[in-house]
Amino acid sequence: MRRLRRLVWKEFLELRQDPRLFVLVIIAPIIQLTMLGYAATTDVRDVPVVVADGDRSPASRELIARFDASRNFTVVDTVTSLNDVDAYLQRGTAWVALAIPTGYGAAIHSETPVSLQVVADGTDSNSTTVALGYATSLVNDYAQELVSRRAAATGVRVPGIDLRLRIWFNPQLESRYFMIPGVLALLLLLVTANLAAMGIVREKELGTLEQLNVTPLRRWELIVGKLLPYGVIALIDVLLVTAVAVFWFEVPLRGSFWLLFALSLVYVLCTLGLGLFISTISDTQQQAMMTATFFFLTPMIYLSGFIFPIENMPRVIQYATYLIPLRYFLVIVRGIFLKGLGLAWLWPQAAAMTAWGVIVLGLAVARSRKRTG
Amino acid sequence: MIGRKALAVYRKELRQIARDRRTLLILVFVPAFFLLLYGYALNWDIRHIALAVEDRDGTGDSRALVAAFVNSGYFDRVADVQSPADIDRLLNLNTARAALVIPENFGRDLVNGLRPQVQVIINGDNANTATTVMGYAASIVQSAGAALFEGQLREPPVSIEPRIWYNPELRSTLFLVPGLIAYILMITAVISTAISIVREKESGTIEQVRMAPIDTFSFMVGKSIPYFLISLTSAALIVFAAMLLFGLPMRGNWISLLVAVSLFIAGALGQGLLISTAAETQQVAFQAAMLSSFLPTLMLSGFIFPISSMPTALQLVTYVVPARYFLVALRGIVLKGVPIAVLAPQLAALTVYALAMLALASVRLARERG
Repeated sequence: MRRLRRLVWKEFLELRQDPRLFVLVIIAPIIQLTMLGYAATTDVRDVPVVVADGDRSPASRELIARFDASRNFTVVDTVTSLNDVDAYLQRGTAWVALAIPTGYGAAIHSETPVSLQVVADGTDSNSTTVALGYATSLVNDYAQELVSRRAAATGVRVPGIDLRLRIWFNPQLESRYFMIPGVLALLLLLVTANLAAMGIVREKELGTLEQLNVTPLRRWELIVGKLLPYGVIALIDVLLVTAVAVFWFEVPLRGSFWLLFALSLVYVLCTLGLGLFISTISDTQQQAMMTATFFFLTPMIYLSGFIFPIENMPRVIQYATYLIPLRYFLVIVRGIFLKGLGLAWLWPQAAAMTAWGVIVLGLAVARSRKRTG
Repeated sequence: MIGRKALAVYRKELRQIARDRRTLLILVFVPAFFLLLYGYALNWDIRHIALAVEDRDGTGDSRALVAAFVNSGYFDRVADVQSPADIDRLLNLNTARAALVIPENFGRDLVNGLRPQVQVIINGDNANTATTVMGYAASIVQSAGAALFEGQLREPPVSIEPRIWYNPELRSTLFLVPGLIAYILMITAVISTAISIVREKESGTIEQVRMAPIDTFSFMVGKSIPYFLISLTSAALIVFAAMLLFGLPMRGNWISLLVAVSLFIAGALGQGLLISTAAETQQVAFQAAMLSSFLPTLMLSGFIFPISSMPTALQLVTYVVPARYFLVALRGIVLKGVPIAVLAPQLAALTVYALAMLALASVRLARERG
């Protein structure tokens, strides 16, 4: 035990000797979280609209005012004909053009159905889909209002179905509530797997790993001693990130903090195991970084459901995602934060993650034994 | 004279890169592989939304409404449930993303013109998906209501006729692929050069270079040209792969594309060299490279998250993210076919970025070499 303590102490000393690294490990996650917290919003607000008003009547101005008053749209300019909107869409100064035909006001007045043309820049397909949805519901609501106004005047009931939408877990539809718990999972992976892999490969490069091998340290002591400091850093990161998420971004933590902490430990076991494994298949730090970034971290981030929903992916890739520990941890953090779930719901994810960690650590230890014999 | 010295450094660097086969392979082929993987895997096109149905009415009309949901192609009916507790369970487990609740007497009320109320419950954890699901549900319920009342409902007084330019099928792949190109280029270019000088520092060979009669300028040029060529090759591979596999159109001018890509790569290489002169160990260089290239390009460039939805302070920050300009230029050239004159501001910004990074890097390098 004393030998182990010495080794852990040595690792911490080494970390302290490189103050820049220390700063990167503690400060970087905070910066990243703040940036991600504000930037990672898929909400579409203030869509810039250019209006081609061919009517210029009180009725057309009422419609334009409705668009401008909605928080979803901002009217950037009004032109007279649809031919003038090209330049706006090409430059990207407007995403949507609304064309009000000549005679619109007269049609509304005489109760003749009239249709508006909406031209949208499809480049950003996601935002465009959302913006078109907003435009459709804005115009539908307006049409509904016109119908009920007329119905009230004539005393006729309007048939149809009323829809009541209820949004669970995140009623204001803040994309932040979805992204920020995910950032916790992402940062832990980025910090621990990389640092652990490079920390070990560096000793290999410098040749000091040989020296450690000839000391009376047992193999498990060596591995635990090398990994423990990174584990401690990771847990500090968990506390920091959770604090910022809850107190700064006001993401609701509906479940148990201790469960979150305990399962984060299991997850860190996985990421450190991954780091160790990468170190056994790399000879230089450059190789370790490249291997870690390209073959493990990037695929894991994109295919884990962090940003892109897994259910949208092709079937084959969906099966492949079962191999990614981040996938399970994302369900866990989001479940604990947003849904307030306990272990009764989350045990399958926790079990899968534990199994993954044990297997990877086992593989890494087996490989490192064979190599240094 | 400068040319010959730069050539010598270039040859040395190339030899060093060639010796490390794995790194070279990663730099050239992995980007194309990434594009393949992510191009297929990543999209926002929401289909097959898992729907739980609680039909308390059980008449022909209620079944017609359920059928309207399923036949829309957006919803998959995954479960029929009896009670709100079941819905709770299915949403907690993510087995269902939405639930449709049809009340008793739905059919009778509908016929009597009493406007029955159906409930759609949506898992809102992913706000983006939820918004889309909301839109689908609203339009299905509206048109189903109209269909069940054929003849009685009149055309609405105002309606919308959407037309979509540049990407009429709204395929998210066309939007994401240019972003992936920027992202992959940024990472490979910045990281590979960020490490190149630090590695010489760590192994001590920088001393030998310092002794050699090479001026800073030749050293930098020689050091970065191999990476420039590798990045350009890899960019070409990515673009062709995207055209072949994902039907990425090329509506603009090839020369403007080459100009935009070259400027972007030059800036990224400069940024990598700058990091390389500031960092002492590869670990630090790598973390700094990740922090300054990986995250801003992913988060603040408009690659995935629309810049106009960000808070104003953060929008200001995005003006220093080079990928922001590169993406506007890339999407403009490839998807919209806009003439180069329209993109002048973006290209100017990229030029400033490249010059600033290379100048800063050479100043620092000159100071370091004493």
